[in-house]
Amino acid sequence: MTLSIDGYLGVQQDALKIFGRRTAVLASNLANADTPNFKARDVDFKSLLAQHGAAAGSLPLSAPQAMHVSTTAAADPTQSSAFLKYRVPLAPSLDGNTVDAQLEQAAFADNTVRYQAALSFLGERFKSLLTAITGQ
Amino acid sequence: MSSFKVFDIAGAGLAAQSVRLNTVASNLANVDSVSGDPASVYKARHPVFQAVHAALRAGAYAVQSGGTVRVSGIMESTASPTVRHDPGNPLADADGNVYAPNVNVIEEMTDMISASRAYQNDVEVMSTAKDLMLATLKLGQ
Repeated sequence: MTLSIDGYLGVQQDALKIFGRRTAVLASNLANADTPNFKARDVDFKSLLAQHGAAAGSLPLSAPQAMHVSTTAAADPTQSSAFLKYRVPLAPSLDGNTVDAQLEQAAFADNTVRYQAALSFLGERFKSLLTAITGQ
Repeated sequence: MSSFKVFDIAGAGLAAQSVRLNTVASNLANVDSVSGDPASVYKARHPVFQAVHAALRAGAYAVQSGGTVRVSGIMESTASPTVRHDPGNPLADADGNVYAPNVNVIEEMTDMISASRAYQNDVEVMSTAKDLMLATLKLGQ
């Protein structure tokens, strides 16, 4: 029986990548909170993850292998800009800036928790693997 | 490496906000620097922020993601200075007028609060990103 580490780790490793990228996007929104004409953006997590599964022709969350064949950064869907969507501002300001600092802070906190959740899922996977390897 | 971009972004934010805090400090420090000549009186200074997109900086690696921020320039306010009639002042001109800087203290104070909140946000982002990255390094241990 062959065991693919990629398959074993499941969707969490892709989720971790996307959350990592989302951290940068949200950090950028917060850094540009006072930049005139800056438009706040966010990662469209759902369609990004769905695309990973769709390419493998199975249930969206069950097949993260689609991206693993790619070797270039441009072909990596987690790196493309197509999944960066502009936020609809709740209260647009006169200088054309659409960053709502409170909203971005909340999104950042949310993203942090999700990142840590994905990390602990992965950590548990590794622990199970180690248990299997050492046979104890 | 995309994970380390967070530090670039938050760092650029910190630098930009500290420039803003510096201009506020300069404006407030000079609020009473009167002059006898309207042309040479101190003018309120304000930084202009500009977003810098990653794709522009990275060139061939055309990955569009979070952009950093930079101060593209510092503008001097074009509002006219406040004229004050003060014949006893040694700097007064022939009409007994002195010219005070066009610094609006209330505006500067709100600007300072806004800059300090934005700075705190960036510090928080950086510290959270550091925690996440350290946790990632411990993965599988």
